[in-house]
Amino acid sequence: MSKPVLEIVGVSKRFGPTLANDSISLSLAQGEIVALLGENGAGKTTLMSILFGHYMADEGRVLVDGQELPQGKPRAAIRAGIGMVHQHFALAPNLTVLENVITGTQSLWSPKLRSSEARAKLLAISERFGLKVDPDARLGDLSVGEQQRVEILKALYNEARILVFDEPTAVLTQAESERLFATLKDMAAQGLSLIFISHKLDEVLSAANRVVVLRGGRHVAERNTSETSKAELAELMVGRTVTRPVREPSTPGELVLEAAAVTIRSDGVDRLKAVDFRLHAGEVLGIIGVSGNGQHMLAQLLSGTRSKTAGDLLLYGKAVDNLSVTDVVSAGIGRIPEDRNKEGAIGEMAIWENAILERVKAFSRGGLVDRKAAIAFAQTIVDRFDVRGGAPTSRIRLLSGGNMQKLILGRNLIDRPRILLAAQPARGLDEGAVAAVLERILEAKRQGTAVLLISEDLDEVMALADRIQAIVGGKLSPAISAEEASARKLGLMMAGEWTTEVPHAV
Amino acid sequence: MRFERREHRPIALVIATPLIAIAAALVLAGILIAIVGAPVLEAYWLILKSAFGSRLSATETLTRATPLILTGLAAAVAFRARLWNIGAEGQLYLGAITVAWASSQLLGDLPGIVQIPLLLFLGALAGMILLLVPLWMRLRFTVDEVVTTLLLNFVAVLFVSMLIDTVLKDPMAFGWPQSQPVADAAMLPKLLARSRLHLGLGIAVALAFVLAFVQSRTVFGMQSRAAGLNPEGAVFAGVPLGRTLVIVACISGGLAGLAGAVEVMGVQGYVTTELSPGFGYSGIVVAMLANLNPLGVVLAALFTATMFVGADGMSRSLGIPSYIADVIVALSLLTMLVAVFFTQYRIRR
Repeated sequence: MSKPVLEIVGVSKRFGPTLANDSISLSLAQGEIVALLGENGAGKTTLMSILFGHYMADEGRVLVDGQELPQGKPRAAIRAGIGMVHQHFALAPNLTVLENVITGTQSLWSPKLRSSEARAKLLAISERFGLKVDPDARLGDLSVGEQQRVEILKALYNEARILVFDEPTAVLTQAESERLFATLKDMAAQGLSLIFISHKLDEVLSAANRVVVLRGGRHVAERNTSETSKAELAELMVGRTVTRPVREPSTPGELVLEAAAVTIRSDGVDRLKAVDFRLHAGEVLGIIGVSGNGQHMLAQLLSGTRSKTAGDLLLYGKAVDNLSVTDVVSAGIGRIPEDRNKEGAIGEMAIWENAILERVKAFSRGGLVDRKAAIAFAQTIVDRFDVRGGAPTSRIRLLSGGNMQKLILGRNLIDRPRILLAAQPARGLDEGAVAAVLERILEAKRQGTAVLLISEDLDEVMALADRIQAIVGGKLSPAISAEEASARKLGLMMAGEWTTEVPHAV
Repeated sequence: MRFERREHRPIALVIATPLIAIAAALVLAGILIAIVGAPVLEAYWLILKSAFGSRLSATETLTRATPLILTGLAAAVAFRARLWNIGAEGQLYLGAITVAWASSQLLGDLPGIVQIPLLLFLGALAGMILLLVPLWMRLRFTVDEVVTTLLLNFVAVLFVSMLIDTVLKDPMAFGWPQSQPVADAAMLPKLLARSRLHLGLGIAVALAFVLAFVQSRTVFGMQSRAAGLNPEGAVFAGVPLGRTLVIVACISGGLAGLAGAVEVMGVQGYVTTELSPGFGYSGIVVAMLANLNPLGVVLAALFTATMFVGADGMSRSLGIPSYIADVIVALSLLTMLVAVFFTQYRIRR
């Protein structure tokens, strides 16, 4: 192996009582992709902030090409060739791609933008790494994947040789992620060195050469990806053996929800096209598909926030027309929204307020909120669903993703819903929280709840669902049973390859 | 250096914030006073003295605070729900002219006990209607209400100006453009004899308490807060977004209309285009100074009124233009915005 381009030696950082980084060392060779794996709060972000000079380390050094990097100086880090691709892009949506890339690279006092040189350089870089993008497109008009490409281009434009990707796939679809991994490999082959921060095991294994596992601020292990397995990494990351729960076969109960030829049109386009499904008590029906194929509409329809354009919806055997959120909640339908932060919670409101907001009628009399009862209700959820990180009166924003999801699960499951709509319930959670959330869903099923699981994670759907339907371009495939499902078959279904001969299991 | 979100906001910090902001504004304005060559501390002492030094000045300050409390509440309740009502000035004038019209043309013969509540209601109703129009445009066509409410101010003031020069013109006013007066029975009772202080202050303070209760204890208060903080999340939780905003608009526009009604029925008795020295706009500052807290609005309105009344007196003694009051109030809005930022973030390096 060539000599390291980047060395982090014995870095420690303390925030008050917590030791965020405890003497972490790491080295990166030219042309190498190293994954930094760890759960939320393991110290990945702190370490990278030190690398970039956003934080000063209490102890330790950062060396680039054997030269020590001065601490707390972001400019020095950039000059040394370190670039960052943020999870939340640091780009301006109202500027063009080219403008975004050159922002901050030219002197504030230079009389004019040297944009033709910049354009040539940008095009050369985009050619070299196969990162195609129109320099004159307005950033806000691009897809998330394209915006990320701009962020990468911006780092490369600044002559970065060492690139850090902070959870780059969190915002991408499966297909975009795979394209990104190909780009990463290409970049490494051309001599760039990459650090890839993630808590997703599959990605780490497929994208990196070497994995450094952080846990509780400490460097706990280092493995070559060729010599490790998902199970080993999961255990290293969490510190104990985590097994994701798996379904046990069951006999479904009565039919609780049936959709017949349901269509939803929005902005003149049919987003959901005559879909059929049937959901029984005590079963998990998995809807698998790459996001953006209409599952959001389906989730909104069943959440009471969108109405159908055509077709029939039968709830407990009765035709229902347009359900409001209140109807849905009082009909015993629990809802886990796709986007916790946008839909599932109001960050600046207290945990107790978030716990009762969707059923505020039950916690009020004469228009007055019964605070005492509401706080007690929230406390019960916190206790029973092991929500850590806040009291009922603290703002929900303070909770980690996993704990916020536990609270959302709790407010839905505590009253034993008859139906549970779970849209991407494990998205963005770390391994420990994923296992906890999925176990709760299976527990609800055992108690007779009908679960509609919308997900784009193949493993998750195969582990939980009794029957599976694929959603593609707003259409829903016929259902196949868990026993018939294989990764290959589901992959074909997700690509829209289903025939009428697929046996229809009910 | 970077900013980090605070996890907890100590209650002491929340209370200290406006005080620190006001102190900072006074220091900054003090520099201006010093530049003019006047003694800074004496100037501030005179402001305080002119605002509270005598029975007359104290009641005058409270009279001045009354419409500011109402327009401050109007802004606070709307901003809480992210309804950007910049149109309190217009709503105030429409409320005022409605009262003058109704009392002089329609209800003048009714006894005060009946007429006063009726007029207050009509004034509030006029303000509501003027805000419901831009709200409807926002909900129906997603037209930005900042623009529409702001522009409607000019429409409303010019409309009032037309009325008081034509159909509602007072024939006894020697040709001055002023409206016909409200009936004597429509004048609000005085709180103190031989002063201008009227029942409006009591109404305004009572409404501040009512609003504080509504916002913190009721389902509607919770829902309107949710709608303001995260509309998508509120919709998912079943908050009827449109209905909530309509109610918020009724309260906000109603309060601003009431400010106009109270000013006519308590102080002037008739409407001119000088009825409000920008009470509607100052209400926005008052609301921000109060951090949108209804009870804080009462205090912030008092501070603002103190500055305006006090600066008048001070300027007579020291020769500093009384515009310094505008400067102080404007500066305190800026310092307050900075201070609020620091209650939410801390500096880390």
